[in-house]
Amino acid sequence: MDITFRIRRYNPEAGGKAKPYWQEFELKDVEPTNRVLEMLHRVKWEQDGTLSFRRSCSSGICGSDAMRINGRNMLACKVLVRDVVTGAKNTIQVEPILGLPVLKDLIVDMEPFFAHYREVMPYFINNDPVPANGRERLQSQEDRDIFDDTTNCILCAACTTSCPSFWANGKYVGPAAIVQAHRFIFDSRDQGWKDRLAVLSEPNGVWRCRTIYNCTPACPRHIEVTRAIGEVKLAIQRGKREGIIDPATIPSKFHG
Amino acid sequence: MIIHKHEVVIVGAGGAGLMAALYASRGGADVAVVSKLYPTRSHTGAALGGIGAALGNLEEDKPLWHAFDTVKGGDYLADQDAALILAENAVDAIVELEHMGLPFDRTPDGKISQRRFGGHTSNFGEKPVRRACHSADRTGHMILQTLYQQCIKNNVNFFDEFHVVDVIMNGDACVGAVALELSTGEFHVFHAKAVFFATGGWGRVWQITSNAHSLTGDGAAVVFRRGIPMEDMEFYQFHPTGLYGLGVLLTEGIRGEGGILLNRNGERFMEKYAPKIKDLASRDVVSRSIYLEVRDGNGIKGSNYVHLDIRPQTVNRYLAEAGETRRIDDDYIRKNLAETLDVCRTYIGVDPLTEPIPIQPTAHYSMGGIPTNIDAEAIWDAQGTVVRGLYAAGEVACVSVHGANRLGTNSLVDLVVFGRRGGMKMAEFVKTAEFLPLPNNPTAQIEAEFQRIRNAKGKTRIHELRTRMQKVMMDHVSVFRTESGMNQAIEELKELRHLYMTDTFIEDRGTKYNTDLMEAWELGCMLDMADSTALSAVNRKESRGAHSREDYKDRDDVNWMVHTLAYRETDDPYAPTPTYRLDTTKKVDTSLANEDERFLPKERTY
Ligand SMILES: Cc1cc2nc3c(=O)[nH]c(=O)nc-3n(C[C@H](O)[C@H](O)[C@H](O)COP(=O)(O)OP(=O)(O)OC[C@H]3O[C@@H](n4cnc5c(N)ncnc54)[C@H](O)[C@@H]3O)c2cc1C
Ligand code: SF4
Ligand code: FES
Repeated sequence: MDITFRIRRYNPEAGGKAKPYWQEFELKDVEPTNRVLEMLHRVKWEQDGTLSFRRSCSSGICGSDAMRINGRNMLACKVLVRDVVTGAKNTIQVEPILGLPVLKDLIVDMEPFFAHYREVMPYFINNDPVPANGRERLQSQEDRDIFDDTTNCILCAACTTSCPSFWANGKYVGPAAIVQAHRFIFDSRDQGWKDRLAVLSEPNGVWRCRTIYNCTPACPRHIEVTRAIGEVKLAIQRGKREGIIDPATIPSKFHG
Repeated sequence: MIIHKHEVVIVGAGGAGLMAALYASRGGADVAVVSKLYPTRSHTGAALGGIGAALGNLEEDKPLWHAFDTVKGGDYLADQDAALILAENAVDAIVELEHMGLPFDRTPDGKISQRRFGGHTSNFGEKPVRRACHSADRTGHMILQTLYQQCIKNNVNFFDEFHVVDVIMNGDACVGAVALELSTGEFHVFHAKAVFFATGGWGRVWQITSNAHSLTGDGAAVVFRRGIPMEDMEFYQFHPTGLYGLGVLLTEGIRGEGGILLNRNGERFMEKYAPKIKDLASRDVVSRSIYLEVRDGNGIKGSNYVHLDIRPQTVNRYLAEAGETRRIDDDYIRKNLAETLDVCRTYIGVDPLTEPIPIQPTAHYSMGGIPTNIDAEAIWDAQGTVVRGLYAAGEVACVSVHGANRLGTNSLVDLVVFGRRGGMKMAEFVKTAEFLPLPNNPTAQIEAEFQRIRNAKGKTRIHELRTRMQKVMMDHVSVFRTESGMNQAIEELKELRHLYMTDTFIEDRGTKYNTDLMEAWELGCMLDMADSTALSAVNRKESRGAHSREDYKDRDDVNWMVHTLAYRETDDPYAPTPTYRLDTTKKVDTSLANEDERFLPKERTY
């Protein structure tokens, strides 16, 4: 099939003309099962070398290529052309993710995003001496499963940049940072959970979340983002982390 | 030009780089990590199946058995002293990862869970052993995340999206690196006492690959161009189970869980090629078996792929046949192979619970690379002369623990073991070492080469040259090799280099995020990797591990128990017609065999 890309372009070096604009590209002989990322490569490699975007793994695991495709955040490498073409010209519209400064074409400044990530102390804290036998700390598989869902996060920013609360106020830590905090707060081995809950109970923490629910469908790793945020809210309200997540309702790792 | 000064500069932020950064900074060194990708974008995150260590959490296991499997899997080209260190240090390194918070899956008594993986056995090949520690099927992702988190905790300095394009030498010592800052196009000099390369592999040299777009070997190439050799480049692993047409990798864990390879007649063909261990044989063996099936017309629909079947009814039938009591069901697969289900459905619309998966071998892993000793110090020559100030670990390096063929789960082990050793070694080194002076104008040469690429006014697209290189390497320097095919590849590579130096153009003349320019640069580097691979391959007149020749079918332990060192002879790193030299005097270390004859080379049967 033939398709048309409608791409939001921005060249920061175009002098006084440095304004974002839309540009269309036509591609022939596209397979419906080709992926959007491959087709962006075809545009870049066959038609316009200046088209700029981030990508690496091309298998949905590195988190480089979150983009707004037809108005929804997705990883370009995980979307098949047949699932997003619309209209008579088989159009696919691609823009940078929203809420972070655009640097060039589809490339945005990720620094504010990573700054929020770092705010929640996204690392394991346990100050007890390690077991005397020199081996691993013990944990039951059930305790391990409780935070399994949020360990999937690849920091692609699709959730945070789909969130109206974040668009309205860039100081909000955003769903991704909360997901990362959740992964540690509910890890039975971790001792930093109180400090993280304290950070997230600040005005720019979890309470900026208005449960709009854009984040969950945006997540390419199928993390139940809104649910994770809810669990953190509950932990703050109750001042404890036990009993918040019912093991029987842990999101299945299998995603339809 | 902006100059930074850090005692230790780490190039690359995958598992190897971050491990080294962590241990060097814990050892008191001032560390900077320079990476062309954001650290969490590194390809370590794609590693699926697991990381091997003889923890013995579920059944008896010993580091010596792990070392044996590594040596045997490597078709006896692995250095045995290094293989033993790998296996022994793996135990501590993995326990330390757990202490850093890595969420391993657990055994019923709360220890790190382990599972079977191709080529890993107990008691010197007796039977498969549960050795691969795992975190669902995203072990690499969890390692990468955990190490990055710990680096943040330790306040390691990160220079993200800085692309290293040269190493700076002062005589025979490495004193720093030059990086291009992608967001500005500016060149930065990193002055260092120790520079550590952890830039990963170069699968993008081939047409079908499991590797990320970023894996173009440019880290290795800049070192190579400054006179440091590349070791064992002819050994490049093709993973047997790439998704048909795309190369996206399906984990060995699928076969670990009981998945079966079937040809067009529904035959479990691995019974023919590896009667004992069948579908769990080493990667080179399985890749070659698939190639043979395809060649004999047994591919699915007569085409160049076979089926991988994980449907419970299939798996349970073979489990029953083997007299095992274990059975699996859909839920078990959903839980343990979630990533695989997702990949098959997303990329080719196949549901592995109801239909078999079409697969073909895919370019996956470079056993060769920058030669190092067991402390990750780079070496100049067959005698092991250390390159002062230069270190390497991970896929870019060659210790060599993988020999002619890497076992599954051993790359992640390599990263953490030698990243850790290198980090500690550097911390020790910088305590007493001085900063050696930078040469005058250290960026002049590299800036000139970038100007050349940027301003070239030829007619050939970079993409066209890259595609030609990938095709010729896939056709002639992959799973099966012949003299004439490889020579053809070498000739074509010369032509491609000529075009690259004289007839290309790029469209983006800007400075900020000029990905057009960087892709052109990376192609030049890939040509160096392709040249050294093809030349080393045609020179090795035997078949061993991943290097399999139709004209020299047998392994030759009399003449070829040696490593290849390929040197770029031309002084000018950007010479239009570089010349190369091969050295085959570096003997394989066989220290374990001296004490235990089970480590002597013998025919590999599975
Ligand atoms: C799909 C897949 C599955 C795998 N599964 C397993 C498994 O189950 N078990 C196992 O043991 N192994 C597995 N492997 C192999 C293993 O993942 C890799 O060999 C390993 O992760 C490489 O790690 P690394 O640290 O050497 O490099 P990488 O993780 O590739 O990191 C390279 C780093 O170098 C940086 N870099 C590169 N060039 C430059 C430059 N010029 N300047 C600056 N920075 C640069 C990059 O930004 C990146 O940070 C798998 C590989 C693939 C592709
Ligand atoms: S939670 Fe999902 S969408 Fe958000 S950053 Fe993580 S992986 Fe991306
Ligand atoms: S390119 Fe890595 S997630 Fe898409």
